[in-house]
Amino acid sequence: MNWHLIADVVAGVLLLAGALLSLLAAVGLLRFPDLLARMHAGAKPQVLGLLLILVAVGLRLRSLHDIGLLLVIGLAQLLIVPVAAHMVGRSAYRTGEVERDDLLTDELSPAVDESGDD
Amino acid sequence: MSAVAWSSAALLTAAAILVLVRVARGPSVLNRVVAMEVLVVIVVSGFGVEAAVNRHATTLPILAVVSLVGFVGAVSVARFAAPDEWDDRT
Repeated sequence: MNWHLIADVVAGVLLLAGALLSLLAAVGLLRFPDLLARMHAGAKPQVLGLLLILVAVGLRLRSLHDIGLLLVIGLAQLLIVPVAAHMVGRSAYRTGEVERDDLLTDELSPAVDESGDD
Repeated sequence: MSAVAWSSAALLTAAAILVLVRVARGPSVLNRVVAMEVLVVIVVSGFGVEAAVNRHATTLPILAVVSLVGFVGAVSVARFAAPDEWDDRT
């Protein structure tokens, strides 16, 4: 059992786990009932799956230069996905896509009503 | 490694097909935006699997670019989404 073999096996497991998480995200996207639930499925397992795949790529390539680039991609994803999900959620709320009766608490509606641009 | 490659490719393909079903069904623009965003990440994952299996770094810059383009697309569509006149539910 040398170090390279172990890294390859771990990389293989991570690749499979990442692809499986992508599939789970897709199933959630298909089966969840409304937009907010679908956003939840689309944002979280998906990013974890991609991060696992990036770690696997790093374990296979094993060069500092490539791992730096992978780090940039992963961090960019971690910054990007919440912002995009926030924008979609905001837009969904303001275009009336979110059923307000489904929400347990709704702290946004007074602010939106007060701003008066809806 | 080849078994891992084929099974991850199969999983990602199944995921992409399910996401495309959601894109086709909608029922609104924002649902499609969320689905397309997931599709972009699946494409990035596919590039990643290919790079890991064949052990080359040629496609890594593409990963960065594709994920950034997906972000810009999602945010711009979400920002300019109007109350939906193409909503299939109505």
